[in-house]
Amino acid sequence: MDGVAITEARSMPTSMIAVQALGKIYDSGLVALENIGFTVPEAAFVAVVGPSGCGKSTLLRILAGLASPTAGTASLAGTPIVAPRRDIGVVFQQPVLFPWRTVLGNVLLPVDIQHLGRAAARQRALSLLAMVGLDGFESRLPRELSGGMQQRVALVRALIHEPSLLLMDEPFGALDAMTRETMNLELQRIWMERRKTVLFITHSVAEAVFLADTVLVMSPRPGRIVDTLTVDFPRPRPLDIVNTPEFGTHVRRIRRALNAAGGLE
Amino acid sequence: MRAALRVALMIALIALWEAAVRGFALPAYLLPPPSAVFMGLVRGFASGVYIEHIGVTLTETALGFVLGCTLGFALGAAVALSARFEYYLYPLIVGFQAMPKVALAPLIVVWFGLGIESKVVNAALVCFFPLMINTIVGLRAADEDRVALMRSLAASPLQIFWMLRLPGAGPTIFAGLEIAMIFALIGAIVAEFVGSENGLGMLIQSMNFSMDVAGQFSVLFILAIIGLGLNAIVLAVRRRVLFWDAPQPVLGKPKLKATTP
Repeated sequence: MDGVAITEARSMPTSMIAVQALGKIYDSGLVALENIGFTVPEAAFVAVVGPSGCGKSTLLRILAGLASPTAGTASLAGTPIVAPRRDIGVVFQQPVLFPWRTVLGNVLLPVDIQHLGRAAARQRALSLLAMVGLDGFESRLPRELSGGMQQRVALVRALIHEPSLLLMDEPFGALDAMTRETMNLELQRIWMERRKTVLFITHSVAEAVFLADTVLVMSPRPGRIVDTLTVDFPRPRPLDIVNTPEFGTHVRRIRRALNAAGGLE
Repeated sequence: MRAALRVALMIALIALWEAAVRGFALPAYLLPPPSAVFMGLVRGFASGVYIEHIGVTLTETALGFVLGCTLGFALGAAVALSARFEYYLYPLIVGFQAMPKVALAPLIVVWFGLGIESKVVNAALVCFFPLMINTIVGLRAADEDRVALMRSLAASPLQIFWMLRLPGAGPTIFAGLEIAMIFALIGAIVAEFVGSENGLGMLIQSMNFSMDVAGQFSVLFILAIIGLGLNAIVLAVRRRVLFWDAPQPVLGKPKLKATTP
């Protein structure tokens, strides 16, 4: 009986993330999120764009199981998120590497934590590192790498345990503009190869339109979703797509939505 | 060139000392000439007396250091990790810190006798505090982003301790060990002053009674060398354990050998 129920649940994964009437009020009375609702289909790339302090990071922390909502629910593949889960990979704005671990050791951190067996994961780690252009760097220490290289290590670490969902919190916000463009291209390539579900938080409108299938636009505090738009440019998208009129149309629409919500400087 | 100048300066100072003692005809019980101190060293080592007492003091210091640091680390970890432990223990800790620990030495000698035990206990008491404080500070200073990352991977509190807090506290703990090493030597010597049958502190005390000031200078010289040596040992272990913390320029350098990934 149980087996039947499980196969049934598996056979219809309608959405990877389902967020309903989600709200978060901090103890101080600060309303961070208000009535947030959206769904993310499996293997989709969704960007959340909004001004600083609109509660984007709070949303990500709730989805990662690091914070709990005060209203509504968030669920992943049909089960509510109530605590951190093993099948989520997170990339933060800073690389958050462990300085005493080598590049390989850092990548294998989730494997060590979840006792997945280093021997099996090692080969995957090396091929993932090669995929982001870090082959030969596996026994370096983080302090020997540039900021962009460190963030690539963080990305590989978030993928090593084959999570079903990748949460990215302004992952390239601390990088210089040129490195950032390279990383956007690389992330697109990796996503096309791996097809993970990605929730990508950013305050760059252009980055959101360039990367995502769907862009959620958030208002300043209390954070609400004020617009949702679909971006259906074919992939791989070249960097100069930002100069096309269609790209401009999307950017203008998002800016209008942000403006109307009072979010643009 | 600069190194040669440094040695020359040292030799000049010693020569000045020798000349001043002879020139002003200072009595040897006030300030002995360096030559007499050197002869004291030669005699002490030739007769084997110094070796024996060095061995005693080093043993007391080492045992006291290990005992004090073990206690300091254990209590520091307990305070850093448990709010309840901190609540009940903290007033005691602060009160104990306010008291100069060397003032306990006479009591310790009464309780533990004239042998090596009282010296070990006193050394442990004196050196335990800096390590405990540094352990607390180091374990608490774990980077919040790294904690969030580990939690997002469903790590247990125990895993966060072993994989993040403890290695992250390494630099602070080693700073505490450096201080504790020298404090242990101080604790052992003070307890020897108070009452002892052996050791370099006892030797200084007895030389003082017999007005052998050159001998006292020679023992002080030995203590300085021991202090430097003990510090060098801690620093050497630190370089091994905290290979990742060595502040050195990076890109393009030959591969660093990492023992643990």
